[in-house]
Amino acid sequence: MVADVINNGYRMETGDAGLRFKPFGSWIIRNLSEVERALGDFKMPENRLPVVIDLSDIEKIDVAGAWLIHRSAKKFAAANHPITFESVGRGARILLHEVAESDRPAEIPPPKPSTAATLVTDTGKSVISSVGDVRRLVELIGSMAMIGVNMVRRPATLRFTPILYHLEQTGVRAIPIVALICFVIGAIIAQQSIYQLRDFGAEQMAVNFIGIVVLRELGVLLTAIMVAGRSGSAFTAEVGAMKMREEIDAVRTLALDPIEVIIVPRLTALVIAVPLLTFIGDMSAMTAAAIVSFFYGGVPIDLFIERLRDQVELLNFTRGIIKAPFMAIVIGLVAVIEGLQVEGSTDSLGRRTTSSVVKSIFLVIVIDGLFVLYYAMVDG
Amino acid sequence: MAINPRAIKTTGYLLEAEGLSVGFGATNIIENLDIQLKRSEILGVVGPSGTGKSVLMRALIGLLPRRAGTIRYFGRDIDKLSLSARRKVERRWGVLFQHGALFSSLTVRENVQVPMREHMKISQSLMDELAELTISMVGLAPNASAKLPSELSGGMIKRAALARALALNPDILFLDEPTSGLDPVGAAEFDELITSLKETLGLSVFMVTHDLGSLYRACTRIAVLGGKKVMVEGELDEILAFDDPWVQSYFHGHRAQTAQIQQAEQNKVHV
Ligand SMILES: Nc1ncnc2c1ncn2[C@@H]1O[C@H](COP(=O)(O)OP(=O)(O)O)[C@@H](O)[C@H]1O
Ligand SMILES: [Mg+2]
Repeated sequence: MVADVINNGYRMETGDAGLRFKPFGSWIIRNLSEVERALGDFKMPENRLPVVIDLSDIEKIDVAGAWLIHRSAKKFAAANHPITFESVGRGARILLHEVAESDRPAEIPPPKPSTAATLVTDTGKSVISSVGDVRRLVELIGSMAMIGVNMVRRPATLRFTPILYHLEQTGVRAIPIVALICFVIGAIIAQQSIYQLRDFGAEQMAVNFIGIVVLRELGVLLTAIMVAGRSGSAFTAEVGAMKMREEIDAVRTLALDPIEVIIVPRLTALVIAVPLLTFIGDMSAMTAAAIVSFFYGGVPIDLFIERLRDQVELLNFTRGIIKAPFMAIVIGLVAVIEGLQVEGSTDSLGRRTTSSVVKSIFLVIVIDGLFVLYYAMVDG
Repeated sequence: MAINPRAIKTTGYLLEAEGLSVGFGATNIIENLDIQLKRSEILGVVGPSGTGKSVLMRALIGLLPRRAGTIRYFGRDIDKLSLSARRKVERRWGVLFQHGALFSSLTVRENVQVPMREHMKISQSLMDELAELTISMVGLAPNASAKLPSELSGGMIKRAALARALALNPDILFLDEPTSGLDPVGAAEFDELITSLKETLGLSVFMVTHDLGSLYRACTRIAVLGGKKVMVEGELDEILAFDDPWVQSYFHGHRAQTAQIQQAEQNKVHV
């Protein structure tokens, strides 16, 4: 700093009568960092001599510069120096007056707690918030049940146009990606199982394995995960944005039930779409398996179909696809609950969308596990 | 401001636009339009809804591309400036958008500090002080600084957005319908605030408005937009005398009389 030439700074002059604080140069916002640096080495004189704040060397000043002069004057006053101003131009006087008028202590927020402390509190908070999640889930299921009863009594309350719209968004438009993913996974599983069984000369046996794994587990799981990523996130973002822009409050004030208007159509669409998508995914994966078996395992297509029909019970398919509506409900509920918790800011929207996808994928896998347990118990 | 004559080259205008054309698709919204902003004035831009007032403002601050025309700020053609020189010019204007456009995840204080943090190398404590000063200058209570935009009322959002626009101490302030959505008292207070900030900070203001009250209370000059151009500009009495059906009905209609009465009553109170 010693080597720097300071163009915009201050001089302190000591005379017989007292001290003279002389800012010079342009104390304007563009030079503010230089002025702040210059003021950084300021030492308050250890006496009580009067101080003249002399602005005669100031070329330009703006409100930021006026603030720094005002602040310096306050420091002198706090150290019991009587102060007077000299050579204050008209503009500077107005600015100094304005700055003094607007000066007030800031309400500084409490310092951020340490990382370790936040880790502990965050863990606690997330435990509490999952309790809240459960409560909200129960509440929502309760009101959904009410609406369900209502719908059975008065089917007119079902809103067909929005259901069709969401059916297109979540169902029809998801067909290509679900079919593609299931096709690829079906092909991979076929290739791997044929490769393992080839040593035993039992390539045809792969059909049993592929059939059961795909129809019972993978088809529905992959579909549900895709839907959680596509539609779950979209629902959360839509509902969240509606919440942010007070549209949900608007729905309420129009004497409509947001659950009926916003949530039911989406959930209904999901409950219809996910099983259908699962079926498409199953078919796509089995097609891929048949093709791979033919080219890689040398299993003729008709033999593949025959073995599939004879060896893989229909039960496997129904036990797979029966999970689809449950997963659909979970994806829809999680998405909507997260969306309804969006607060005013855009990053809360982002956080809620992320957590919607993560939670619903997690829950989809949990549901799959529960079904496995249940079937294991039933089949003994 | 007497003590801060930031250089203006060649002409006395802070902002001059000549032959400006802006449009979307096949149509031009404004065509061959000229407009100027003088030092220390509050220019009110009015016109029927949909005539392109917002489009004009967005074109002037470079948010919309121009199809033709030149724009000079501080006497310098912005097309001929290097990128860094352009950024320097941009730092000398502040913009208040119609809905505030505060960053929703930042508190008011942080919003005001965003431009400071980007463009200045000063300590956090000085930034806090300056932010608080600006927030206080626009008339927000101390407890507003730590609030998020979603916790503010409409009038407070306008003021917070104004504080952010003032953070770098601009020479020109662009306002798009600053009093829309405010009640008449809030609108009058906001106009007063703009007028007093213009006096103390030496601002020049380009104000798009719908509000007759603002035209009477705050604006020193008025430009009426119509037919893709500035139909007429001048001081209030010149506009009042202008012979155009829209101008006549706007300034002499029922709403206008209400505004005049309000203004007259305010003057009485002040005396
Ligand atoms: N992004 C855009 N794309 C197409 N047309 C636009 C766009 N923005 C504005 N316009 C049109 O330009 C015209 C002027 O709009 P605007 O400047 O917002 O009017 P106002 O004078 O009420 O502020 C309107 O007809 C509007 O439809
Ligand atoms: Mg507009």
